[in-house]
Amino acid sequence: MSKHRIMGLFSDFEQAFAAIADIRANKIHGVSVDDVTLKSPIEHPEIEEVLGERPAHVPKFTLMGALFGLTFGFLFLASAQATFLVQPQGGKPVVPLPSNFVLTYELLILFGVAFTVISFFIGAGMGRKRDTLYSEMVSLDQVGVLLEVDESKAQALKDLFKEHKVVEIREEVAR
Amino acid sequence: MQTKDINEQIKWAQINKDVLSSMENPRMAYWVAVAVCVAMIACAAAAVGYVYTTGQGVLDLYWPEMWGLFIATFIFWIGMSHSGTLLSAILHIVHADWRKPIYRFAEAMTTFSLMTAGLFPIIHLGRMWNLYWVLPYVSDRGIWPNFRSPLAWDCFAIFTYLTSSALFLFIGMIPDLAICRDNAKGWRKKLYTVLSLGWAGTDRQWRHFRKTYLLMACFLIPLAVSVHSIVSSDFAMSIMPGWHVTSFPPYFVAGALYSGCAAIITLFIILRYFFRFEEYMTIPILEKTCKLTFVIAMAWSYLNLIEFAATWYGHDAAAKEVLWDKFTGPFSPYFWAMLFFGSVLPFALAFEKLRRHLPTMFVVSLLLNVGMWLERWMIVSPTLSLSYHPFAWKVVWPSMVQWAVVFGSFGWFGLLFLVFVKVFPSVSMYEVKEMVYHRRRAHEEDQAKIFHRRTSDPQPAIDTPSA
Repeated sequence: MSKHRIMGLFSDFEQAFAAIADIRANKIHGVSVDDVTLKSPIEHPEIEEVLGERPAHVPKFTLMGALFGLTFGFLFLASAQATFLVQPQGGKPVVPLPSNFVLTYELLILFGVAFTVISFFIGAGMGRKRDTLYSEMVSLDQVGVLLEVDESKAQALKDLFKEHKVVEIREEVAR
Repeated sequence: MQTKDINEQIKWAQINKDVLSSMENPRMAYWVAVAVCVAMIACAAAAVGYVYTTGQGVLDLYWPEMWGLFIATFIFWIGMSHSGTLLSAILHIVHADWRKPIYRFAEAMTTFSLMTAGLFPIIHLGRMWNLYWVLPYVSDRGIWPNFRSPLAWDCFAIFTYLTSSALFLFIGMIPDLAICRDNAKGWRKKLYTVLSLGWAGTDRQWRHFRKTYLLMACFLIPLAVSVHSIVSSDFAMSIMPGWHVTSFPPYFVAGALYSGCAAIITLFIILRYFFRFEEYMTIPILEKTCKLTFVIAMAWSYLNLIEFAATWYGHDAAAKEVLWDKFTGPFSPYFWAMLFFGSVLPFALAFEKLRRHLPTMFVVSLLLNVGMWLERWMIVSPTLSLSYHPFAWKVVWPSMVQWAVVFGSFGWFGLLFLVFVKVFPSVSMYEVKEMVYHRRRAHEEDQAKIFHRRTSDPQPAIDTPSA
């Protein structure tokens, strides 16, 4: 049985929310809320009420980046300063801690930010080719609900969308 | 009288249309401003060309005034960069939604101020082709930068701040770049397609976006504070009279925020006029920015007084003499002008009638920044002209070549900024939509019951926002 990808475009978030809530309530047997992708012009954190909490591992990467910046920063500076061994120090320490604290702090932030951005690119799937069902209305003022379902469930899903005053339905056979 | 930060009934399609069309059809004044900026840059380029063909002597950067206007203006531009990203990050964290129509250009201001500031140490080096010597890399010469010097810290701090601010600006712009991509044609479409990185507004993307933006904001606040503290260390960690002051880091940070806020007011008024942004850059938002500037102006004035008091009661004869010289010596007209523009003029921001009058606010904001520029000059030059030893006492006035480079830097900043606002949306479309959406919902009856109740009011039946 072939799989169909169906996207309903709603004129407002409330309708899309209600449609997803119905999917979550198992109104169509065999269609799970885990298969839902919401596309919206603005951020809707409240969608987690029906989609459930989905993972975003950005903070872990941020912590890793900050720790890497801390250790790499200090070691980088200290190894550079170690070359001072061949130069006269005038009684000053080869690895000056006060100045290294300041510089290490800057590198902690630099790598923390860099890892955060990289994790965003990876986690959010940035740089990938856009979905063929993408609608420009989603960046304007409509909310899209996208699912991939069995052919047998396609009509029921479209009917459910219509119940919630869907503006447009787009469909394609999944490859 | 306009009392709301934004028209809550505005249609989302209208927001897209207004902002996108602003990038295509600015007023004629925009092109006049571009021409003025190009002329200013030509002035500086001619001056630099003259220096490099004639020799560094024409700059008049002789002992004891080795730093001159270049370093004063470098600090000014670093300071200018502070408000954009710092205020954007702080206001984002505290959910002050009135930032949304204005934060984009403020963040751009940060990035371009830093790029302008970076020019001054490079020009000041003399042999700018040897710039790479300051980078910490392994070389046959076995020479490394002096990591104990705050000047080397500057290099690290500014690089980190420039990188982080530029990333913060870019990440915050991705959803808008997708809107541009969906509506543009020709070279713009190609540019926005590449830069929007395939943004489709999925819940997964928004979820990661929200966390990323918040974490970056959290990093940027201490970073911004550290950057200007480190710039203040260039002075405070020396033993020069008038510089070795404990209160310098907060004084520099307050000054930086102050000049940045004043610049935001200036650019707010300019952009509102150039791009007909009356619906988004509203008078109530300008008022809030003015109030914030007034608060920071008072903090700056207080820190100034603390610095005077600390020097006066510190009984360091040389530092006291420099302070007294600022009040009565050859630099006194500029010093008093700084105090007037920095501490007296901001009281204009305390009056509602003046705050709502755009031409007045435009002039006041420019003069506040004149005061802030004078502040940096008054930090650098009086101390260098009146150091510990009498044989080092000499007042050196900046040469015309120095003035030309300083003048041109404003053109350079202006041109970068004007190009940016023509190519990229200077008002965040998706955030203005969010602002309108949430404010509209807050006025709905059941939402109002939840969000707009006093503790003494009876509790409503529903406790969570309905779908």
